[in-house]
Order: sequence, then C-alpha cells, then structure tokens
Amino acid sequence: MANTAPAPVLQARGLIKRYGHVTALDGADFDLLPGEILAVIGDNGAGKSTLIKALSGALIPDEGEIRLDGNVVRFHSPIDARRQGIETVYQDLAVAPAMTIAENLFLGREVRRPGILGSVFRCLDKKRMVTEAIAHMKDLQIGIRSMKQAVETLSGGQRQGVAVARSAAFARHVVIMDEPTAALGVKESNMVLELIRRVRDRGLPVILISHNMPHVFEVSDRIHIQRLGRRVAVVNPREIKMSDAVAIMTGAMQVEPKAA
Amino acid sequence: MKARSHLLLSLLACAAASAYAQQTIIVGLITKTDTNPFFVKMKEGATQEAQAKGAKLMSAAGKFDGDNATQVTAIENMTTAGAKAILITPSDTKAIVPAIKKARDAGVLVIALDTPTDPQNATDALFATDNFKAGVLIGQYAKAAMGNKPVKIATLDLAPGITVGKLRHDGFLQGFGIKEGDPKIVCSQDTQGDQAKGQTAMENCLQKAPDINVVYTINEPAAAGAHQALKAAGKEKGVLIVSVDGGCAGVKNVKAGIIAATSQQYPLKMAQLGVDAGVNYAKTGKKVSGYTDTGVTLITDKAMPGVASKDTKFGLDACWGNK
Amino acid sequence: MSTQTVPVAGTNLRGLLEHLPPITAIGPFLALFVACAFFASQTDRFLAGQNFSLILQQVMVVGVIAIGQTLVILTAGIDLACGMIMALGSIVMTKFAVDYGMNPYLAIACGLLVSVAFGVLNGALITMVRLPPFIVTLGTLNIAFAITQIYSKSQTVTGLPDELVVLGNTFHIGQTAVTYGTVLMLGLYLLTWYVLRQTTYGRHVYAVGNNPEATRLMGIPTARLLLSVYTLAGLIYGIAALLAVARTGVGDPQAGQTDNLDSITAVVLGGTSLFGGRGMILGTLIGALIVGVFRNGLTLMGVPSVYQVLVTGILVILAVATDRLSGRRR
Repeated sequence: MANTAPAPVLQARGLIKRYGHVTALDGADFDLLPGEILAVIGDNGAGKSTLIKALSGALIPDEGEIRLDGNVVRFHSPIDARRQGIETVYQDLAVAPAMTIAENLFLGREVRRPGILGSVFRCLDKKRMVTEAIAHMKDLQIGIRSMKQAVETLSGGQRQGVAVARSAAFARHVVIMDEPTAALGVKESNMVLELIRRVRDRGLPVILISHNMPHVFEVSDRIHIQRLGRRVAVVNPREIKMSDAVAIMTGAMQVEPKAA
Repeated sequence: MKARSHLLLSLLACAAASAYAQQTIIVGLITKTDTNPFFVKMKEGATQEAQAKGAKLMSAAGKFDGDNATQVTAIENMTTAGAKAILITPSDTKAIVPAIKKARDAGVLVIALDTPTDPQNATDALFATDNFKAGVLIGQYAKAAMGNKPVKIATLDLAPGITVGKLRHDGFLQGFGIKEGDPKIVCSQDTQGDQAKGQTAMENCLQKAPDINVVYTINEPAAAGAHQALKAAGKEKGVLIVSVDGGCAGVKNVKAGIIAATSQQYPLKMAQLGVDAGVNYAKTGKKVSGYTDTGVTLITDKAMPGVASKDTKFGLDACWGNK
Repeated sequence: MSTQTVPVAGTNLRGLLEHLPPITAIGPFLALFVACAFFASQTDRFLAGQNFSLILQQVMVVGVIAIGQTLVILTAGIDLACGMIMALGSIVMTKFAVDYGMNPYLAIACGLLVSVAFGVLNGALITMVRLPPFIVTLGTLNIAFAITQIYSKSQTVTGLPDELVVLGNTFHIGQTAVTYGTVLMLGLYLLTWYVLRQTTYGRHVYAVGNNPEATRLMGIPTARLLLSVYTLAGLIYGIAALLAVARTGVGDPQAGQTDNLDSITAVVLGGTSLFGGRGMILGTLIGALIVGVFRNGLTLMGVPSVYQVLVTGILVILAVATDRLSGRRR
C-alpha cells in the first residue's frame, strides 16, 4: 500500500546512546508529522527522556540521524536546537518568578529600542515587549489581565500558560512539552490541554511527554510508545484502548514492528 | 638484639632532645593584632631581645582588636610547646583571665604588656604605659595651652568597653580638671581608632557645636581624621588637638602643627623588658611581679609652663613605626 | 482563563494601583523621611544644606561600595571582600604616586586595575571552580587585607599629590559646599539604575538571581554574566578607593574593615532581597543615607555612639521583616 503520509517535521533514525554499560537508546526511531500532537509515553528506563533530550539538543547521540524538515541536523546544545526552531516547555517551567509576564516571555530574547538608543545604549523597548506579549497571549486565548504582573502571582495553570505562550511565540517548527499537567488540578489541566490544542491549531506540531494516560488519550493525535530504548509502536488513541497502550508500554502486550 | 638497640637509640634521641629543649628558652608574645604598627614594633623589639639573649620567640596575634578566642588558643599552644614565659597584650581584659590562670598553674610566667588584665593581678606582672597618666599629661597640656579662654571640648573616643580608651579619656578629664558630664564637654563620639571614622565623628561634632576649640583624640589616626574635618570646615587654626601614642607618623603630625601635643609610649621597651623577665625566670626561676611603668613622655614643640615635655626631635628619635 | 484582556476606561484606578511600587520599595523612602523629620524636630542644626552635604560625604565611600554589593546580591551572591579590595586599591594608588613618583592618573589607573583584578578573581572562583560566593569572598577578603598590610607595612601614606584628592574639592550651590566626590557617587547611582532597569544586561542580572536555571535554559550565558558582575563590582570598589583617598587625604591601610557589613546593611535597608533577583539600586542609596542620617542626627542630639549601633541593628531587622511580611516571596 502506498504511503501517502506527509513528510515528517522532525524525524530520527537509529539513535543510539550508551552510558557505560547501560544502553539508553538502542536504535530508536522517531517521526513527528506536521500539524499533530504526538504523545511520547514509556516506562521509567525506556529511554523516553533520553530520546527527548536528543531531539531537543540537550544531549548528543552516539549514533543515528536526526532530520528537521528533511535536512540532517546536529544539535550541540538546547540553545542550538532553539535557534533552529525547536522550543521546549520544561517541566519546572523555567520562569523567573519575580519578573513580569512580559519580561519572562522575552527572557534571553529581549527587544531593544530602534536606532542608537538600542544599539549603543542597549535600551530595552519595554512598551513593545508588553504589546507583543499581549498579542501572543491573546493568540492563544489566555486571559491574564496585565502583562506587568509578576509570574509568581499567577496560579499554576496560568504560569503554565505563560511558559507555553513563550514557546509558541518563538517556535518555528516544533514545541516540546514535558509533563505540562503534572502539577495541576483538574480544572487547570483542562485549560492547559485546550491550550495545547490551540498551539497545534496555529500550525505548530507538539511533542507531548506525559505519564497521565487520560490526558494523553484526550489530546493527542498519535502516541509514540517507547520501550527498552526503541520505538515499539505508534498507535492512534481513537483506535486502541488505554489499557492496551499501557500493556504495550510495560511489555505485557507484544506488537509486531510496522511502518510508522 | 634488634629491639634492644632500637630502645637504646630512642633513649639517646630523647635525652638529646630534652637537653636541647632545656637549652633553648622559649618565650611567647601574643599581641592584639599584628597589623597595628604599635604591635609590629613590639614584636620587633621582642625578636631582637630574644635573639640577643639566645632565646626563641613564638608569636601570635588576634585577627582584630577584641579577638579573645585566638589569644586563648595561642596561650594554650605556647604552653604545650614549652614556653617558659608568655607576654600578652590582652584584647579582652576579663575574658582572657581563665586561660592565663591555666598557664600560670602550669608554671608559665605571664606578663601583661600595654594593657592590664582585669583584675590586674591575674598576670604575674604588668609592663605598660600608664594610659591614665598619658591622658592626664595631654589634659594638663590642653588646660595650660587654653589658659583662661572659655573651652568647648570634643572627645573622640575608642569604643565601648575597651579599657585603654576609658583610661586615656578619664586621664584627660582629670588632667584638664573637669569631671565627666561637665558642660564644657560638648560632644563625645566613638571612632574605633580609625581615621575615616574620626573624620566623620569630628564633622558631626562640629555640626553640633561649631565653636569646639579643644579636641581629645584616642590615638593619632583619629587625630588625623579630626584635623581633616577641621580643615574642610576652615577651622584648623583655632582648634587644639591632643592625642596619645607617639608613633612616628603621629610625631610628624606634631611637628607639622596638626597635633598640638601627644603622649608618647614605648612598645619596644615593653617587649624588651618582657623578654628579659621571661629569660630570667627560665634561667633562675625568679619571677617578676607588680607594675613596671614603661614610661610616657609628652611630645610637643610648643612647651607649656608647668607641664614637662620633650620636643619632636626627641619624639622622632624614640618613635615607633616607619621613620 | 477564558476571558480576554480588554482595556476599559474606568479601570484606570486599578491600573494606577498596579503601578504603585510595593511597600518594600516605598518603605526605605518613608523611613528616611520619618528619620529626617524626627531629627529636624529634635535639633535645629539638622535641617541645613551644609549638614546634608556633610551626610552625603560621610556615606560616600560605603555608598559607592554598596553599588557593587547590590549588583552582587541581586545575582544571589554576596561580597565580603569589598572593603578590603577598596583598601588595597587606595594603597596601590597612593603608594605608586608617592613612593615611585608615578603620574597620579596612572597611579589611579593601577589602583583601579588591582581592584578589578580581585573582582575577576572572585568571579572566576565562583563561576569556574563553582565555590559559594560567601566562602570565596571570605578568602579573598583575607588575602586582600594581608597584601595591603604587607605592602604598606601598615603605615598610612601621606603627602599625596593634588590630583589624587581632586574629588574632595568643593563647589557651591548657594551657601552649601558640595564635593565633587558626592556628585560622582550620585552619578554612579543613576548610571547603575539605568543599566539595571533599562538594558538587557540589567534584566539578565535580575533573572540570574531570581532563577539561574531558567536563565541558563533561555540561552543566557550565566557563567559569563556572573563573572562580569563581580568584575564590575571590583571596578566600583576601586572607584570607592579613590573617593576614600579624596575624603581622608591619605592612603589608609586600616580603612574599610567594616565596609563589607556596612554596605550589606545599606543594601538590606534599601529593600533588596539577600536571596537575589529583587531590589532597587536607589533603595541602596536610601539605605546608606538612613545610616548616615541616624549617625549624624544622634550625634547632634548628644546621644552616645553605642546607640547608633543599636538603632542600625533594629532598622536592619525591621527592613528584613517588612520584606518578609509583605509576602513578596511565595
């Protein structure tokens, strides 16, 4: 049967990573298709975090190939990956609590005033950053009243919103989200899941790492199951039962390798 | 066979060591700090005298004025190392007493230099400037110099609780003929003996009472700071500054007219007498006791009748610090 | 999170309230104002232009050192060596000019260089060897102190050429004599305010103190940033050395021994958090002024020195307690 699937945005083949005698990645593959939310699940020790770190530039695999938009890439650092358009929303959010929403949104990417004021005097364009921050939050329909509020005054869900908005604002190809609902209650988790859908709807594919099966099944388009350092299956949450997915993850159920 | 020759060798070594130890007399010197030129001079004097007498000098110092703990440790270490006599300028005159008692109980001769312990007889002897007399001399001088003119006095003192500061201050008052609380004293501030703090204290005192015309200072750096403040206010001509110490920098200031008179003290003499007493005790077992006044001389180029003094030439010859 | 932000006329009051600084920012100004009002009521010598000029001169050296200390504390560090670096800088400046007859401006440059070198040393030990700032600066404070004593033989350097003390010269504003040094101090505060509040660098300084990991993850080179902060602090301590020389007219190797705690006091009284990431540089100036005002005012009232120390201690506790109770940190 002809494969008419669109070209993957981010792809990896045969990734190998060893730590001494331990093989974290044992020839792992990966495909992220455009416009999708791909959840990555796997038990502890399956190589899930190692895989994500390789894809986000936090570590360099020993062997294997990573392609972004069809081109082979080699990331030497997370900043490297970010420059190529891959943004990560870290589990602890990586926000400076005492600083405002606008300041956090532009942390490390501050906008300076035009002309001499900006280049010689290094003067920040605070007004513009606030305006753009309002626009980004509006885009994702996050309703926070003032961009000048300190992040620490926000609820957990709102803080997550800020971190997601930051990544969505600057990502050009991929957004990786690491356990976005782990610390949140029911209501706020739902808000964040809705937010993830909006990011995808804006045209940015999302890699979602989560231990929370109900959330995974609620929001993802496909699920990448990692086990023993390799991809053992990619399933459609609408075609498989949650218990079966968990079974594949733990090895209780065997799956024949099939083309992704 | 082997064990016996080993034993013999060890015995010989011990005998040699103890004989050697008996030969070199160890004297310890513990100063408040080792950065104040006063104590630097003291250590120099002690080292020279020890060399001259063929004794070994162990020295130690606190990290700051008031550092009792380091001095206590030093006493213990020196006693263990076999010092026969310990000379000490106590940072905390009360708190050091128990440590001194332990050393004396172990047969060590302990002599206080420059500052008496509290009580004074906690040490075998005291070789010191009479700090009270030092204050009296400059008080008498100031009184004589001001004559019948109405005076407004500022005292720039050391810091709360430090004996030396109190003795000099009280001596000055007695020499001047007034009591604590006299309305002639318009301002009293602490300087910690620091030049910049002396300047600040003088500035604030002048702001309070612009017509201050006599300034008592705890030491010469404070006096230099006071002068800087007076100069900035354009008042340096009409104000009399007196001080205590007799360091070379201070005597130069007397010569330059910045300080009117200063009481000079003799740290070198204190150290020499101390080492001599220690060596003597180690050799003969004879202890010194009581208080030995190592002398204080009023140094001024403008002598006043009724107050004995020497000029700055004498002062520069006898001063401590860099000439 | 479903409603959108829509600016509406009539929410102006809310907007205004949001713009008001928190109690921790107003607190220091209020305390200074109350202190001045109190002393003005107790003595008629307090409220005079000349007296204020005096207070500015008295806080000048610690005030400038506190600028460097503020930068360091904003990054969640601390600098215990500041006073000793200042003293060493002043000894180098003065001895080079007096003993070797060096051109005074060159001598000043050498003093600044030595201070910067110590700043670099502190920064390098903290960022490359990864030692805690408290420990590192505790060590360098002793090293700087010892070098100062050894090189100067603990003797004050006198007979300075005029160029070294030019910042102690005065000009007049009406009846009041103002020294150039105090103007330099105020200028440095304004410059630092600009850098901290209006530039990228300043924002990064706040960020690295507030969440160093986040700052690193956002691609800001944190090690280089910290190194630059300590180096800058070293330069500032060198400038303070020049001001100290100008004020006292001598190179004093015993100077600066309490300046580390005094500068930290000014920073804390000014509302900057010792945990890093929060604070105002102008608050530090207010903090330094508060100490100076109390010292001056209590002296004018004839209160013994020891009570100045008592008051400072109480103020520090109040400042930290206010910071805590205002619930800034969650």
